[in-house]
Amino acid sequence: MTKIVVAVKYVPDATADRTFSADNTVDRAGVDGLLSELDEYAVEQALQTVEAGDGEVVVLTVGPDQAADAVRKALQMGADSGIHVQDDAIHGSDAFATSEILAKAIEKVGDYDLLFFGMASTDAGLGVVPTLVAERLGLPAVTFASEITVDGDTVKIRRDGDVATQEIEGTGKLVVSVTDQTGEARYPSFKGIMAAKKKPVEEWSLADLGLDAGSVGLDNAWTKVESFEPRPPRTAGEIVTDEGDGGAKLVEFLASKKFV
Amino acid sequence: MTEVLVLIDAPDGKVTKPSLELLTIARRIGEPSAVVFGDADTGVLAEHGAEKIYTYDDAVYSDYLVGPKAEALTQLVGEVSPAAVLTGSSTEGKEISARVALKTQSGWIGDAVDVQADGGTITTTQSVFAGNFTVQSQVTQGAPVISVKPNSVAPEAAAGAGTVEAKTADISDGAKGAKITSSKEKAASGRPELTEAAIVVSGGRGTGGDFTEVEAFADSLGAAVGASRAAVDSGWYPHSFQVGQTGKTVSPQLYVANGISGAIQHRAGMQTSKTIVAVNKDDEAPIFELVDFGVVGDLKAVLPQATDEVKKRKG
Ligand SMILES: Cc1cc2nc3c(=O)[nH]c(=O)nc-3n(C[C@H](O)[C@H](O)[C@H](O)COP(=O)(O)OP(=O)(O)OC[C@H]3O[C@@H](n4cnc5c(N)ncnc54)[C@H](O)[C@@H]3O)c2cc1C
Ligand SMILES: Nc1ncnc2c1ncn2[C@@H]1O[C@H](COP(=O)(O)O)[C@@H](O)[C@H]1O
Repeated sequence: MTKIVVAVKYVPDATADRTFSADNTVDRAGVDGLLSELDEYAVEQALQTVEAGDGEVVVLTVGPDQAADAVRKALQMGADSGIHVQDDAIHGSDAFATSEILAKAIEKVGDYDLLFFGMASTDAGLGVVPTLVAERLGLPAVTFASEITVDGDTVKIRRDGDVATQEIEGTGKLVVSVTDQTGEARYPSFKGIMAAKKKPVEEWSLADLGLDAGSVGLDNAWTKVESFEPRPPRTAGEIVTDEGDGGAKLVEFLASKKFV
Repeated sequence: MTEVLVLIDAPDGKVTKPSLELLTIARRIGEPSAVVFGDADTGVLAEHGAEKIYTYDDAVYSDYLVGPKAEALTQLVGEVSPAAVLTGSSTEGKEISARVALKTQSGWIGDAVDVQADGGTITTTQSVFAGNFTVQSQVTQGAPVISVKPNSVAPEAAAGAGTVEAKTADISDGAKGAKITSSKEKAASGRPELTEAAIVVSGGRGTGGDFTEVEAFADSLGAAVGASRAAVDSGWYPHSFQVGQTGKTVSPQLYVANGISGAIQHRAGMQTSKTIVAVNKDDEAPIFELVDFGVVGDLKAVLPQATDEVKKRKG
């Protein structure tokens, strides 16, 4: 019996116009959101792991009301239950505060074997929440897995780095972050969509986690955004149609810019 | 002047260009102290302004993932109280820096593309939302721990004392939880490193699986080769060459996209390139919204001609 908690994030749609609110935080109200596509890979790997033996997948999210959609999607894919941590005081939390809330929620779950994360969130994500949660829980982390094999209480991963391909091994409770190289995530089936309606989702507040509102949120971050600006629009370039001379014209342009 | 700790990346002892960039940035803030795990060419570090070079030599640093390095660096921060800690923005650099920030209760900034120091105030610039916004941030607690992207500055030579100090650290058992059991070096392509290259020539689904024309054009320009996820997912090019959200972010002087439509996730990895050129047979491909120069045409015809033309001009 393997119990895997998968942390998933509700993110603004990357194909929509993402922007900032007046308080310099990511505007999460103005655009439609969804389960981060990169977290689907983590859900998929968790499902495959428990399907290989027996076990249970719990999805965990920290986010606003609409984040319930992200949990729902993971349940439709096949996860067994969900936890949604939400509290007005969370607004504007950075990766550090988010990692604290996740760590506390994971401690409250208690009897887990493995913790799966996406490689990075598709909004302002930097891919450090998994390592920070591991640090807070005092657990080892095997991150950026391209391939995952769970064998008893040993997890082996393959990581495709820049200079080398590594095999990494961890044992016991540990944090795993999953890349999009692990293989396609499944689509919810009709049966899965129906079944998800009956699956339990718990809602926890900061108080439920023994966290003080004063320790998270915008005013408590250790960094602050001073200003932001949209990048200047690129001035329209010159477009030519190839009439047998496209390559020559291209090089002419490169030469005019001193690249040749 | 206070020390600025700079985590050096030196595979096989050869100090990477991004590490030299960090030393250059560090001099804006204080006196650079290089931190080296394993071997590194200390002469190069001194030539780029390192006053001190702290070296850690123990198998524990190469046998395990980031845990031991993060602990050693944290202990060093406690010892020297630096004005800031700088690392690269590789996965390892980010994980180490984030852990050090948490352990020292200091503010962390990831993926900075610029770092400025004005008196005691350090301001960083980051590029967010697929490069559509730039953000200026400051750390409000502790000594800033910052991971900096490659190509953020040009490395400048400056003589430093380069005094080597061998260090040891106490590594907890907990830091040894993720063991590296094997490591296979990838074959070198002989081309410039993707994230460091001045010119990147990429291919996408439009190559139809054959990168010959893309590689030949890249070689005529002395460029690195990149690929879209569609090309990587089809098995046409290795993942380590993927440009975009789940691949590399590149910001070269010149980016040439061939047979790439220009999806937002691809843009996320190349949008901040100085000059952008595309070859695509669809005149409505979104990549054309970004370009300084575009050719509507078949890359199989355009690129070989362009390659010949470059060779002719270079003589
Ligand atoms: C979470 C997530 C992360 C992602 N991360 C990345 C990423 O890191 N990098 C990335 O690239 N993508 C990424 N993607 C995928 C991205 O959305 C696109 O699917 C991908 O970039 C498309 O690759 P492409 O442009 O090569 O292929 P296509 O979109 O199929 O475009 C091929 C283009 O080639 C042109 N063409 C065809 N034949 C020729 C010819 N003979 N000559 C000239 N032109 C020709 C066509 O007109 C077309 O415009 C990600 C997607 C998701 C959901
Ligand atoms: N608010 C959140 N709720 C749940 N999981 C999260 C949240 N933020 C980040 N994560 C997890 O951490 C991973 C990396 O996120 P990030 O460090 O923000 O790029 C994501 O893929 C998720 O698995």
